[in-house]
Amino acid sequence: MDALVEFLKTYMWPLIFALVIVAVLPLLAGYVVLLERKVMADMQARLGPMRVGPHGLLQPIADALKLLIKEDIIPENADKLVFWCAPLISVTAAMVAYSALAFGPFFQIADLNIGLIFIVAVSSMGIFGIILGGWASNSHYSLLGALRSTAQMISYETAAGLALVGGALLAGSLSIRQIVEKQQTDGVWFIFCAPVGFFLYLVASIAETNRAPFDLPEAESELVAGYMTEYSGFRWAIYFLAEYANMIVVAGIATTLFLGGWMRPFAGVSWLNFLDFFPPLCFLAVAAYCFYRTPKQPEPIQSGVMALFGGLCLALAAAMALPFVPALAASKPGLHGAFWFLLKVTLYIYSFMWVRFTFPRFRFDQLMRLGWYFMIPLSIVNVLALGVFAILRMSGWSLWPAVALTSGGTLLIAILLVWNAQKKSPGPLAGMTEAEG
Amino acid sequence: MTPAQISQIAFYFFAALAILGAILMVTVRNVVHSAIFLVTSLLATAGIFLTLGAQFLFAVQVILYVGGIMVLFIFVIMLVNLDVALHQVQFNRQKWVALLLTIAMGGQLGLAIWFARTQGTLDIPTGRAGGLSPQNVEQFGLALFEKYALPFEIASVLLLVAMIGAVVMTKRRI
Repeated sequence: MDALVEFLKTYMWPLIFALVIVAVLPLLAGYVVLLERKVMADMQARLGPMRVGPHGLLQPIADALKLLIKEDIIPENADKLVFWCAPLISVTAAMVAYSALAFGPFFQIADLNIGLIFIVAVSSMGIFGIILGGWASNSHYSLLGALRSTAQMISYETAAGLALVGGALLAGSLSIRQIVEKQQTDGVWFIFCAPVGFFLYLVASIAETNRAPFDLPEAESELVAGYMTEYSGFRWAIYFLAEYANMIVVAGIATTLFLGGWMRPFAGVSWLNFLDFFPPLCFLAVAAYCFYRTPKQPEPIQSGVMALFGGLCLALAAAMALPFVPALAASKPGLHGAFWFLLKVTLYIYSFMWVRFTFPRFRFDQLMRLGWYFMIPLSIVNVLALGVFAILRMSGWSLWPAVALTSGGTLLIAILLVWNAQKKSPGPLAGMTEAEG
Repeated sequence: MTPAQISQIAFYFFAALAILGAILMVTVRNVVHSAIFLVTSLLATAGIFLTLGAQFLFAVQVILYVGGIMVLFIFVIMLVNLDVALHQVQFNRQKWVALLLTIAMGGQLGLAIWFARTQGTLDIPTGRAGGLSPQNVEQFGLALFEKYALPFEIASVLLLVAMIGAVVMTKRRI
């Protein structure tokens, strides 16, 4: 019994956090899907899902239910065991990555010394789910999707990793907590120190999560659905969950490393302290809008759901207002930290969607060309430039001249790279003729 | 359970998994399954690094071997026609050589354990009581770039030469 108490004392909070993440993540992923459909609809001047719940707010739950009770089809000549396991590998890899991610100064399962590379290492294993699923389906579309996915991930993981190395150079640590604390003591987010590095990571992370314009592994006009072609029902849903969980992971890494993690914007500027009121007011405004729309719903049940969402936002606003009670002031970093972190993650994911609905899909040779001729050389140059930046800062340069010098140099090399590529292959169709000849 | 006991259990779990994965890898006929078991074995080895407190080695093992090399392995395997490969004889009939090598290896291992037990020159691994060390990456970097700087640089140059060689061999026209 004593042993159990001792065990729980050490591992209680990590266990609770882990359970919360496993429980909340599918719901969160479902709502990210809804957000994506709504954003897409907005950008294409449509309404998007409107039927299930007010403004389609219950759509993710309906979708999940539908997928759960759908027939689970396994192709005749599939490798059954591998076919079963493949989605699980993907989703497990995506979820394990959360164990090192910090949602706030308190909400973190474990602050590892190797936090950053732990997340990269574990989430890079998710590709086994894709490649084995594509192979086990015993279908040409699936196999082609899996092969494309592998080639793409290997190419862009290098660029993403090198962009992260640049960030870690600035932080002088790989621990998630120390990276954020370094940005706090420096008083500047690393996106301002390393704008090129952030851009590289943004592009590489879009490619790594297989999203448009890099979504060749599941290009529906060429490959039906790529590696997921033969999957249906719940297993398909698990792949989807893994994809969206991975999106949140890369957004979390970018937020931690480049956007100041759980810090409030301008945390060091005292006359901007009124920004502390933003979290409760934000939820209050959403709650007020929900209540305003409640009587206008077409059916009483929809009104009820709308009021429920309003109440939920009101409760969240109350929770965010807790730190303003003097007795509970200690809860401020935890609550507001989580709010700012998730807000930044949401904005990063929004930028993903924005890119997705703005740019057309790349052709595969263009994708590889971009990865190997532009992203990887530039990310190596970026690491060198950030090393120079760190030395300049140590020898007493002030921030902006150092940033201008190093980022300017990196951009110059980027322009040279593009110019060189243009000279070699003028016009977007050059790759095609080259391949034919 | 104390942390030391937990890491001891973890060690035996990972060790068993690594050995099981290795055995299955060489006995299974399907090449893709074989690769999956190799991944299992490599991951279990990474887990053993973790129980020994070597976090950085764990991460490098996962990134390089599991995330890099094994993905490339499977990538190549998929391009091979598996139906043909399944019907080919995959095992060399060299029983006696294998037996001899096994005896030699087993003898070596047995001797090592015997010396360790009687003379105490080698510890049988038990769990680290202290858990993960807080400065692992820093210590690793210092050891690599200060104490073992020359061997490290030599190995780097060797890898660079190998890389350039690979590029030269695959490119028809430079």
